[in-house]
Amino acid sequence: MIGTIKGLTNNQLEDIGCQIILGNTYHLALRPGADLIDELGGLHKLMNWKRALLTDSGGFQMVSLLHLADITEKGVTFQSPVDGKRMLLTPEESIQIQNKIGADIIMALDDVVKTTTIGPRVEEAMYRTLRWIDRCLAAHQKPAVQNLFGIVQGGLDPVLRDICLRGLVERNLPGYAIGGLSGGEDKDSFWRVVAQCTAALPEDKPRYVMGVGYPLDIVVCSALGADMYDCVYPTRTARFGTALIPEGVLKLKHKVMASDERPIDPTCSCMVCKNYTRAYIHCLVTKDAMGSQLLSYHNLSYMMRLSRDLHTSIVEGRFPQFVQGFLRAQFPKGDVPKWVCNAMEVAGIDISACCAPLTSSQN
Amino acid sequence: MRFVVTKACGGGGRARAGSLYVGCCPTPIETPCLLLSTRKGLPTFVSPDLLASLPSPESRLLHVSPLHFLECPSPRTISNIGGLHRMLGLHECIFVAAPRDSIESLPESEGTNKLGPSFETPCGRRLVKPKEYMDMISSLKPNLWASLADEVPAWVSEKRNKTSVDRTLRWLDDCLALDLESGANTLGAIVGGSCVEERKRCATEVAMRNVSGFWIGGFGLGEGMEERPALLNAVTDGLPEKKLRQISGLTLPEEVLQGVAAGIDLFESTYIYHLTLGGFALTFPLDIVERDILHSQLSDTGSDCTKINLRATVYRKDTTPIVENCSCFTCQNHTRAYINHLLNVHEMLAQILLEIHNTHHYLAFFHSIRKAIKGGKFDLFHQRFMEGRRAYVTSAVGCS
Repeated sequence: MIGTIKGLTNNQLEDIGCQIILGNTYHLALRPGADLIDELGGLHKLMNWKRALLTDSGGFQMVSLLHLADITEKGVTFQSPVDGKRMLLTPEESIQIQNKIGADIIMALDDVVKTTTIGPRVEEAMYRTLRWIDRCLAAHQKPAVQNLFGIVQGGLDPVLRDICLRGLVERNLPGYAIGGLSGGEDKDSFWRVVAQCTAALPEDKPRYVMGVGYPLDIVVCSALGADMYDCVYPTRTARFGTALIPEGVLKLKHKVMASDERPIDPTCSCMVCKNYTRAYIHCLVTKDAMGSQLLSYHNLSYMMRLSRDLHTSIVEGRFPQFVQGFLRAQFPKGDVPKWVCNAMEVAGIDISACCAPLTSSQN
Repeated sequence: MRFVVTKACGGGGRARAGSLYVGCCPTPIETPCLLLSTRKGLPTFVSPDLLASLPSPESRLLHVSPLHFLECPSPRTISNIGGLHRMLGLHECIFVAAPRDSIESLPESEGTNKLGPSFETPCGRRLVKPKEYMDMISSLKPNLWASLADEVPAWVSEKRNKTSVDRTLRWLDDCLALDLESGANTLGAIVGGSCVEERKRCATEVAMRNVSGFWIGGFGLGEGMEERPALLNAVTDGLPEKKLRQISGLTLPEEVLQGVAAGIDLFESTYIYHLTLGGFALTFPLDIVERDILHSQLSDTGSDCTKINLRATVYRKDTTPIVENCSCFTCQNHTRAYINHLLNVHEMLAQILLEIHNTHHYLAFFHSIRKAIKGGKFDLFHQRFMEGRRAYVTSAVGCS
């Protein structure tokens, strides 16, 4: 976020159970600027957010948003969006900016390549990421209050991933992110990388899969042993009029919603589902600010509820049942994607009951 | 619905304080009061859970335009859901329905004909006939509703103006004939443009109908501030003391005071909306009678001390709230610097926070009006307020 989650206030976020917010270093460094944030006492103070914050390194936006972004050993060279000048983001500077913003968790600057990249570039990026983590660690001025996470790279190559994993684990970091995914790779490759990483990362440290994502992806990654996720999907899809529900998605823009008197999700207890019908939300979406606000509120509530349910089901020893219930709701005809079946097998979760088409005797 | 005048100014003054009792709202609304503008029944930016943080019951009085629902949901769906209160999840709010909202449902007098008034809406120009209008009213079930009016701008011919009064009276009778509550929740619409005689005629005629209050339209459409008091008085002179008077089109604090002085009880105003969109936050002092504005310190930024524009770079590092000691959610939780940042990055939270503060502040202004009336000091309040607004212009301090 850039100092706010799309239209929600802090107390609304607290109401729905949000514990940690991701701040976008690239955008915040542009406006209002890292020095100003520092002068005002850090991002927590600027926003008056009393819970946790996490900032990314700023590298990803630079590579994905900017023209002529070029990565060298020094850092990421890019064209400033403000005046077109050539600028350089080094690991040291990324950490310096994040120290000023003051988030509880900060991310190392990594050399991230598109998952669809093949060839020596992937290897170069992985080794550079390891060299840069040392520079990040050296530059980090507040290790006592800000936790620097390393990011595992290596593309889709298990050998490269393994080298990176070992290198990062050696450095005994407070937490680890699995990076370089969610960029267009096929799902079958995606889960295998996550599985390899979670197997190799320490049990007692958080594992953060960056850029994930869709509820189904989160359930699969959680089954594989991941703990943290970030994604713009819930709020972005809300602005297009799409609600997240146990069955998948609900497109509130559709004409058929104009007379649907049910709540978005009868099983959801958020303020929106308790008070509003699909028909009313339909007349707001894409036309009025309130529409995207209410849908963002519901979608974020949905994601918080999903996280809570995952957590509680694990604690109460009924995680497999939760997964089965989740998959049945999303795939009532039993057409669970193959990649999910494969991943669950490796995760040791039996979902055979959801995969076969339901016969009347099984109902 | 029950309305009681609790304090009349007397001594030639027409300002009055009153109490409005409506079934769904547990406490009476004290008048003069502001109606909050809504879009499709909800405030433009402030979601219902945040609306609850504004002072009650004043912030529970909402203006809704039935024309916002021209496209959807259909009257049938709205009826099935159970009307406005159910559809919006605002069971304790008081909804007053009137077609004109001065933002996106604007009277279009050239499109109007004998069959009904015409409005410019986001769905294009629409003519609304009494039958269609009453269908919407009966499905929406607002607490109060205004009848249809032919509102014309100040510069129309005498003949056109006279026609507007004739039509408005006829539509009132048409609406009443279709009204299942026989006028118990009806605010009879009064027009008459910039002609004192027509204003008087319309008011007197509407007063003869079986309505429970009056909706005064046709203001804020080109008449000058100087000619307004005579027109307002011409209307209120023809109305019974005991019935509720609501007005549309008096937006600014100065205009509201003109309305209060003429004996109006409820005000629709788009002031908060326009301030919020512009990035402005109200800061004018509310203790107008107590303090002596003319001699108090003026800010050195050359501002008019009534509002600040939070887009200004001077607020980049300002860690104070919009108004010190303001008890609204925005001032209790956030700083000018934060709102300045939100405006710079085009985040909707800026408008939400501004709408909360501006609503809180404007409602507090109405509260101070009521206090002045009850204390018998309204005329002094009015005079001091107007002097204070002009003080920055007339004072000797230059804006270098």
